[in-house]
Amino acid sequence: MAVIEVVELKKRFGDFFALDGVNLTVEKGEIYGFIGPNGAGKTTTIRILLGMLQATSGQALVFGQDAWSDALKIHERVAYVPGEVSLWPNLTGGEVIDFFMRLRGRQANNRRDELIERFDLDPSKKCRTYSKGNRQKVALIAAFASEADFYILDEPTSGLDPLMEHVFQDCIREAKKQGKSILLSSHILSEVEKLCDRVSIIRSGQIIESGTLDELRHLTRTAIKVTTRSPLKGLADFPGVHDLQDNRGVTHFAVDGEALGAVIEHLSKFGISQLESAPPTLEDLFLHHYQGAGGPENG
Amino acid sequence: MARDLFVRLRHLGLFILRRDRLQLAIWIFAIASLNVMVALAYDGLYQNAVERATMAEIMQNPAMTFMLGPGYGLDDYTIGAMMGHQMLLFSALGVAIMNILLVARHSRADEEAGRTELIRSLPVGRLASLGAILVVAVLVNIGLALVVSFSLFACQVESVTLAGSLLYGFLLGVVGFLFAAITALLAQMTESSRGTLGYSLAALGLCYIVRGVGDVSSELLAILSPLGMILRAQVYVNNLWWPVYSVTILGIIFAGGAFFINSRRDLGGGLISARPGRTTASTFLRGPFGLALNLQQTTIIAWLVGLFLLGLSYGSVFGDVELFLEGNEFLRDILPMALGFTLTEQFLALLMSILAMLATVPALLVLLKVRAEEGDTHVEQVLATAISRTRILLSFVSLGVVVGLLSLVLSGLGLWLAANGVMDESISVMTIMQASLAQFPAILVMLALATFLFGWWPQYINLVWLYFAYSLFTVYFGVLLKLPTWLKRLSPFGVLPQMPIEPFEPIVALWLIAFFVIVLLLGLKGFTRRDLNN
Repeated sequence: MAVIEVVELKKRFGDFFALDGVNLTVEKGEIYGFIGPNGAGKTTTIRILLGMLQATSGQALVFGQDAWSDALKIHERVAYVPGEVSLWPNLTGGEVIDFFMRLRGRQANNRRDELIERFDLDPSKKCRTYSKGNRQKVALIAAFASEADFYILDEPTSGLDPLMEHVFQDCIREAKKQGKSILLSSHILSEVEKLCDRVSIIRSGQIIESGTLDELRHLTRTAIKVTTRSPLKGLADFPGVHDLQDNRGVTHFAVDGEALGAVIEHLSKFGISQLESAPPTLEDLFLHHYQGAGGPENG
Repeated sequence: MARDLFVRLRHLGLFILRRDRLQLAIWIFAIASLNVMVALAYDGLYQNAVERATMAEIMQNPAMTFMLGPGYGLDDYTIGAMMGHQMLLFSALGVAIMNILLVARHSRADEEAGRTELIRSLPVGRLASLGAILVVAVLVNIGLALVVSFSLFACQVESVTLAGSLLYGFLLGVVGFLFAAITALLAQMTESSRGTLGYSLAALGLCYIVRGVGDVSSELLAILSPLGMILRAQVYVNNLWWPVYSVTILGIIFAGGAFFINSRRDLGGGLISARPGRTTASTFLRGPFGLALNLQQTTIIAWLVGLFLLGLSYGSVFGDVELFLEGNEFLRDILPMALGFTLTEQFLALLMSILAMLATVPALLVLLKVRAEEGDTHVEQVLATAISRTRILLSFVSLGVVVGLLSLVLSGLGLWLAANGVMDESISVMTIMQASLAQFPAILVMLALATFLFGWWPQYINLVWLYFAYSLFTVYFGVLLKLPTWLKRLSPFGVLPQMPIEPFEPIVALWLIAFFVIVLLLGLKGFTRRDLNN
């Protein structure tokens, strides 16, 4: 059974549709990346899934239950970390973690202490003295100590240093190993690339692309750098070849996924002496889709 | 399903109590001890029937009715009757403010900061947060009611009976609950914590003024205000309990409305939504003074309008005072003439002091904003440009000075306009403006002290409010409690002459201004030397 099933979800704020028919399915045991530019609707979707906002229309199911009316039952199995963590300035980090655990009906345990150590948090300091990263650690520790079945993480690492990012990624992988599901919204695309099984890209309140990273890569261009023994000809007229540049015998270009085979065949006629191909990064994918909004699509 | 909505309410309630226990204890202690002090002082001061009868005569004029509520039991003006007449409303205002601050802090302020979002993501009922706040408010108000009741009864003052004291305490408690519920409802409707606080305090002010106008002119209007209702309990004389029940029912209705909206609305949403702002900076926003003004323009305008309206409503009573004096030979012949001034003038002098102190509040608020700006690291960002610390602080101080001056002028103007409209023998605008502006040096002194604290010990900056409360207490109660003069003179408001019944003393004013300049300079020096802290 799918952990999340979102069908034709719409949310209107005044005259503005923040979500305009979002479809999203997260299966049990997978890490799902949710990416998109600021204001595209990521946080709105997440808040609807958490029963904090009421959908204008459409369906949002978590564990097969309605996100709004069954919020309480759902939350017993869900842990959430927002991007902007705001805590009570005059409580210590340790107090806040315990309080969150008690609200789940749990007591402080070894897992909590272990996580505090791994994330290198000083739990005796008042929250007012914590930096953004430290506040995020508090929320992450409380979330991972809860042993929920499903983690909703909304840009959870935007304040963490690279070291702590690694700890975070380890925690995510461990959770996956235990069969838990994760929805990860992030701007750090390399992180999504490393962790996620499937990805959805949202733009202006609609999902514009979904699938595994490999599936998505097919839709975009591969960067090629090639040196041939005899001078290259005729490449410019090939359909699906873009950004052609000749630099003292070294040719750079990008090629659409579907045209790749034909182009390589063409290249081999000129005697390839060196060939480098780079698969599109998630960043390329992202920019490709984002620029479709009005920027130069076929530049 | 209904139970689901409140899951974990107990945890959240204990959490609120744990964080606020000290603050709430101080509030309850302060309100109870103020009442005990006044009861004991009255008991010591007014021991024979003649003295009490004289006070009853002074107290039953329309001006006093407007300020304190209608007198009752005036034929036998016992200490209990005095307490109910002179202290109940004043205490109720304090209790209401305590509840407004409590609820605003834990409802919209937490939601705005994003803390409610974290809690709502846990297996916690949708209404548990609001429910916890209101349950805490109920407990706190019951506690307050019991503490006030028994400490008053423990004073062993003859007319301060157990039955009366219980009623007195619970009248305060239900007013507290009502304003907790009103604030909870407004927290659902506004989208910012400043809005919640502003609208709630405005609601309290409205209740006070409606009651005042009603007490002077129309019984029906007075009962429309919950503050008017509680004064009809005639506590310690007739001990009527219906106001306790009716105010409670009102509170339950407001709380129900708050729950209803809370259960349906989106987190972060409200009914009164924020307007879109400017896309470019206005021409005024070109330096730290412009910034200080821009950040606080709404607050400043609200206070100025509020003070002008208060001036108007105070002034509107003067016609009734005049009429009343004509009809009261006892007062006209004996009391005021002995002092050489009419009751109108004495009343005017007292009002000017009160208005001057209220005018201090926005001036101080405007200045203290600089502390919040420092805490939010906004000051850092301005300092990172080519702006000096002195200039930032001076911007806030000068804005405070301007706001203080405007507050005095506008409240005085309101008073004069209304008084002039209702009186046969009008007071000249000069008399009122002089009396009003004569208090200005005291506002300057408060601003200088706040600047000094900010410059040297920013963590203790709120001490200036304590000093302000002391000033308010000594001036407001100084006469009634017959406090020794030196206690009053420890406050700048007590040093300045109360015009028009006392002559203007330029020397005193100059001393206070000199104090302002010196302490201000010291404060500026402190700020240029210390670390910034958040």
